[in-house]
Amino acid sequence: MKKGIRGRLILILLTVVASIVFALPSTPVYSKLPSWWGRFFPSKGVTLGLDLQGGMHLVLEVEAEKAVDNAVERNLLSLKESLEEQKINVQSIRKEGREILLTFPPESKEAVTKIIDTEYPSLTTRQEGAGEKVLIFRESEVKRILDSSTSQALETIRNRVDQFGVSEPLIQKQGANQILVQLPGIKDPQRAIELIGKTALLEFKLVADFNPVVGQFPAQIEAEQEQNFINEYKDKISPDDQILFERNVDKESGRVTKHPYLVKKRAVLAGDLLTDARVSIGQFNDPYVSITFDAAGARLFEKVSEENRNKRLAIVLDDTIYSAPVIREKIGGGRAQISGSFTTEQANDLAIVLRAGALPAPVKIIQNVTVGPSLGSDSIAKSIRAGLAGTILVVLFMVFYYRLSGLLADLTMVLNIILLVGALAALNATLTLPGIAGIILTIGMSVDSNVLIMERIRDELRAGKPVRLAIDAGYDKAFSSIFDSHVTTLITAFVLFMFGTGPVKGFAVSLSLGVIINLFTSLVGTKVVYDFINSRKRLERLSI
Amino acid sequence: MFQVFKKTDIDFIGKRYLFFTLSGLLMLLGVVALVQISRGKANLGIDFAGGAAVQLKFSQPIQIDDARKALEQAGLRDAELQTVIEESRLLIRVKKEDAVERNIRERIQEAFAKGFPGNEFMIESSTEIGPTIGRKLQKDALLAVTISMIGIIIYIAFRFEFRFGIAAAIATFHDVLAVLGIFFVLNREITLLLITALLTLAGYSLSDTVVVFDRIRENLRTRKKEPLEETINRSINEVLSRTFITGITTFLAVAALFFFGGDVIHDFSLALILGVIIGTYSSWFIASPLLLVRRSEARVLKRA
Repeated sequence: MKKGIRGRLILILLTVVASIVFALPSTPVYSKLPSWWGRFFPSKGVTLGLDLQGGMHLVLEVEAEKAVDNAVERNLLSLKESLEEQKINVQSIRKEGREILLTFPPESKEAVTKIIDTEYPSLTTRQEGAGEKVLIFRESEVKRILDSSTSQALETIRNRVDQFGVSEPLIQKQGANQILVQLPGIKDPQRAIELIGKTALLEFKLVADFNPVVGQFPAQIEAEQEQNFINEYKDKISPDDQILFERNVDKESGRVTKHPYLVKKRAVLAGDLLTDARVSIGQFNDPYVSITFDAAGARLFEKVSEENRNKRLAIVLDDTIYSAPVIREKIGGGRAQISGSFTTEQANDLAIVLRAGALPAPVKIIQNVTVGPSLGSDSIAKSIRAGLAGTILVVLFMVFYYRLSGLLADLTMVLNIILLVGALAALNATLTLPGIAGIILTIGMSVDSNVLIMERIRDELRAGKPVRLAIDAGYDKAFSSIFDSHVTTLITAFVLFMFGTGPVKGFAVSLSLGVIINLFTSLVGTKVVYDFINSRKRLERLSI
Repeated sequence: MFQVFKKTDIDFIGKRYLFFTLSGLLMLLGVVALVQISRGKANLGIDFAGGAAVQLKFSQPIQIDDARKALEQAGLRDAELQTVIEESRLLIRVKKEDAVERNIRERIQEAFAKGFPGNEFMIESSTEIGPTIGRKLQKDALLAVTISMIGIIIYIAFRFEFRFGIAAAIATFHDVLAVLGIFFVLNREITLLLITALLTLAGYSLSDTVVVFDRIRENLRTRKKEPLEETINRSINEVLSRTFITGITTFLAVAALFFFGGDVIHDFSLALILGVIIGTYSSWFIASPLLLVRRSEARVLKRA
């Protein structure tokens, strides 16, 4: 055997073996292999796309602008309290858009300015007069909040998903303020959405029970009437207070009602001071979440409880009151309970979001693709059928039209498929349904190169050349066409890869790899067989 | 050797105006499709238009009319309904831009739980897409097609000559427009997968065209005394066999996909089937004759 032939045959054999080894983890055979196999050889094959294995693909948009609004609001309330504490006389302080407007008697101006400069470095004065000031956030601060909102949200969501227990989730930033979340194989997509999308802002607010307006509140209102209620009482309450609702579910009838509370807008304590949140079971087998504060939080909690005995403290999550127990005594130890008609699952999820922390800004779901697992395995089964059908059709046709040479081309096609699957597995590429279609397309296109070569060989034979020369000439002359047509297909596949999302990218990868591998097999693979036959005995006629 | 096309002598060039007319009509169809798409009047899939698509599998077969009534009672009036695969599966599409916010998926679930008690169902797949993503996708798709075309012109012009590049680009563009136009007429959904199919068939049609151009280039080098029309005609006739066969093999593979591949890629494989046919047609009847446009400049080819 000529050296050149042996070298090429060995190369082909090696690539085939390598492909099989790489592809094994993706086949049913893998589970039957001994356990030590995984230690030396690749153990991860092709990754199945969401459309094949089932799962959820979410794109979230972080409403970073709201984070800025929230920050302005927080600063306003805090400034108001500072001014009151230091007994500085101020006529009014209110928010307009993103600005804080203060009016005060001229003699207070110096004190006001001092407080703002020392305690509120992120605020700066846009405009002022003898008895008024307009404050806004510094540009740099606004930018900082906008930029960090998305990264913070990303981290928080990652924490939550980690605790949710999905295998191989994908969470990454997309663009300026979007987050991509992929949860393969998830069984309960609705629960996941709630877990991820919940802002989870935990606040403790004092209830203003002793305000006369409260006497006019009904005990309960119907579930959808909150906004009407708020509109009715809007002008009767001070800007320092707000109306929030507690959700009550009647255990027997399942009827949902809302109990209105008047609370102080400024939270005395917030969830960022929590160190832990756990689920426990109460007296009547109802689950509740017990939370633990850190040292600063515990001290604050103690102070608040001491100063507000016999007042109610509302536990507010995302502007809904979960419960509003009365403070009977000073609470040391920094522990509290959140209860309120939970199922165990709801309590667990609440504990998860409390542990992971609140989102810095609300997130909006702008894309949600969920595929159930049954549809995926259905698609795979159908694709395999289509692939087999296509292969058989092409094989039969080639043998019919080109006889033995056709059979050779068919073997090349099978080689192509093996190498393609191996390459996909080696790269741990994500296989999607269009990706499988791409593989099947490769079946049809891979014989094309061989067709070009064989037609050329036929031309040369018809022109009277002897067999060996006809074969060589055929390969030489066909090379240029084959090369050009493959490159042009690669150009479109490359563009598809750059611009496509998930399933389309999968297709582009399959197609590109298929084309490249085909270049290799059609020019090296079939030639070596012809050369081999030629070296054994002189061919007088070619079955082509 | 069995041959489909024995030595042929078809006058492709002579009849070219006939084919130009036919192709012109096809391209016009495609342009109309593009215009209607940009006006939002075509059957755009939800990945471009925004909206929700939910596929449900019921334990017992369900009538579309009953399903529609149940949805209307839940306030979902503009839904498109379609049975998929068999009668116990239903695909519901709502093309409202604020689909995600109105939580269409849950409302559909509730509507069917109320309307068909006892007929258990499960959600096989659901897709909810807000409008901003759809618009971005439209832009991206257009950009992708444009860049492909430019890449193709550059490569072909580089390997052959500029004139060849333009002819190849026009022929390929014709194929994409023709398939798009046919899909528009058949009122099939225009989705991202269709765009993928269009780009793929552009690549395929181009490889096909390259085979013919390659032979033309070769013949131009060896037969300098022949008039250009004859060279081109002869070249096409010479490669008739191989372009036909490559067309058939790809066609067989894609046909298998079409018949056996299932619903999800049904339209995709249809686009590819049309693409193979039209792509082969354009390599024979459109791309090469285009080389003759502007005769005087065509003489330059001969001298090269």
